[in-house]
Amino acid sequence: MQYQNLFTQVQVRGPVEAGIPLPRGDDDRYGKPVYNWLAGWFGNAQLGPIYLGFLGTASLISGTIWFVIVGFNMLASVGWDPIQFIRQLFWLALEPPPAKYGLSLVPPLSEGGWYIISSVFLLAAVLLWWARIYVRARALGLGTHVFWAFGAAIWLFLVLGLFRPVLMGSWAEAVPYGIFPHLDWTAAFSIRYGNLYYNPFHCLSIVFLYGSVLLFAMHGATILAVTRYGGERELEQISDRGTASERAALFWRWTMGFNATMESIHRWAWWFAVLTPITGGIGILLTGTVVDNWFLWGMKHGLVAPVPDMWPTVVDPAIGG
Amino acid sequence: MKLWIPFAAAAGVFVGAAIIFGADWDLPPVDTDQIGYRGSGMYHTLDREDQAELKLANVAPEPLYEADPEGDRAGEFYENVQVLGDLSTDQFNLFMASITEWVSPEQGCAYCHNEENLASDEVYTKVVARRMIQMTQHVNEDWQAHVAQTGVTCYTCHQGQPVPANVWSRNLVPGEKGTDLGWSGGQNIVNKTAGNTSLPSNALESYLLEDKSIRVHSLTALPNGDNTANVKNTEETWSLMMHMSESLGVNCVTCHNSRAFNDWDQSPPQRVTAWHGIRMARELNQSYITGLAPIFPDNRKGPEGDVLKIGCATCHNGVQKPLYGVSMLKDYVDSLGTKSNTDVPDYNTYKPGETTTMSPAKTTSLEPLQGSGKGGTALASAD
Repeated sequence: MQYQNLFTQVQVRGPVEAGIPLPRGDDDRYGKPVYNWLAGWFGNAQLGPIYLGFLGTASLISGTIWFVIVGFNMLASVGWDPIQFIRQLFWLALEPPPAKYGLSLVPPLSEGGWYIISSVFLLAAVLLWWARIYVRARALGLGTHVFWAFGAAIWLFLVLGLFRPVLMGSWAEAVPYGIFPHLDWTAAFSIRYGNLYYNPFHCLSIVFLYGSVLLFAMHGATILAVTRYGGERELEQISDRGTASERAALFWRWTMGFNATMESIHRWAWWFAVLTPITGGIGILLTGTVVDNWFLWGMKHGLVAPVPDMWPTVVDPAIGG
Repeated sequence: MKLWIPFAAAAGVFVGAAIIFGADWDLPPVDTDQIGYRGSGMYHTLDREDQAELKLANVAPEPLYEADPEGDRAGEFYENVQVLGDLSTDQFNLFMASITEWVSPEQGCAYCHNEENLASDEVYTKVVARRMIQMTQHVNEDWQAHVAQTGVTCYTCHQGQPVPANVWSRNLVPGEKGTDLGWSGGQNIVNKTAGNTSLPSNALESYLLEDKSIRVHSLTALPNGDNTANVKNTEETWSLMMHMSESLGVNCVTCHNSRAFNDWDQSPPQRVTAWHGIRMARELNQSYITGLAPIFPDNRKGPEGDVLKIGCATCHNGVQKPLYGVSMLKDYVDSLGTKSNTDVPDYNTYKPGETTTMSPAKTTSLEPLQGSGKGGTALASAD
């Protein structure tokens, strides 16, 4: 019954683990490793050491500069009032420059110049972190699956903040840096381009997003259900299939006639996850560049369900109705 | 060692309390009416507690008495009656008693009049009131596309207060005042005129004073270069739409099928009424409200020094049909039903406390064409 709890019940304590020796030319790892009970509830109870190196350090510095630029612009946008900064934090944002500056790299600081500057640092931070993931994976002799998966997310990020604004000819097309403002931007983007609901790549992205959720729930539940037989030790189960794995496979074969395997379920998960931002990014990239009104595009291609004309007397008053 | 437990518990209680008590939840039950085709998600949802409060707050008062239309004309019997001169003295006095109840019940006649000399225009509010009577007549005669036969009276907006509760003025975000830091694009701060969203702050000036284009959609599936509206324009339109829905206590689908917001063929008829309402508010602000800028003292202006203007909430006060559709006009058709004198004086010549008669030097009509911004633009820029 202990495996049906919300948190990991058993925490192993022993000498902290330093990790494998690093190759020549690598930096030292930082931090004295410690055990933490709360961390052990959610994951491994050992915290640290962390490897930063050049890429990690440069990425964190760049990311911090972006964060501070955005934060100070938010603070300035409420007249340097710290109380209002906290009260309205979710409303505040640093906006991209207005459309009149096009793709200028030096719009006035008072009209979005800081957005361009901060975006350079954000881009550097993300790409440096991406490179770091590749280098660390190779240093441990791993495949580069995490690197490519993160690349899929970076694709969507670049479409929103770089590729699409360049194609549209204006930085004003980029997304503001703020909590509610970026959500408002998203909804307004859908409204302006005639409802993203009718964008087939948006449909695909949602399929993969909700599919990822479903797969994650099925896989997580299956593994938790067979941990009483050691099923959480997935890698051993892959090379030397035991009763946990067999029971999990049988469960799905009995309930839906087909089962993933210990290996293939992770391919399912990886592909669903990476296809979410890849298809979503394609959908965003097509919007405004080659399709201007997705509802009308859907009408043309038979996507839109017809509804009866409920109010035949309503005519656009601007055309003299 | 385990100090984090009380800290985490305290944080949890604090966040939980903020969520429960900080947000303006509507407790169930809500009443739901289907207004569109099945599957289109078009429903009116009305919270019962909110409706009970609104019903108490939006009650049309009964007329004080019925006036005798016979007898001397007010314009001949009294001095300096410029707009309501065709009424009988009894009708005129009923109207004066009513407007006192509607606009300044606590302050009484002296809110607009020098009680030593009721004919004098030396109190600025009297000059404003005369212009507002002209405006009300204009709305009832020329804007029936929006107010229908129900019409409006002073009470529709004032509801017993000298300044209507729901007015607006230019709203610039702090970062717009010319500093290098703090660019927020005229939005991204709590916007009280747009349902407390972070949508563009000054949208009402763009659409209900100036006539910036509200429409942002393309009418072709593929881009043809005609539509230059971007996401920012869309957010500003959305800000106006939030103002409208909050002002009327309705949601998007009262006027739109949300699957194609711009498509008139799928829109309920309320959208046509609203379309005229936007143009009505704009024309009133251009032709009547901003023109009074020289008259209003500073304490009757907004933080940017412009006059307080009309929005949708000014009349609607949270209700889809102001005062729940009760027509007060039917008892005041004699005074407010039709335009009488439409002359406009030069308000720049007004000196409070000195000007005893504020009337046009020569008889000209500045009445603008209905439904267009023409003629009003000059007045708007004078603001």
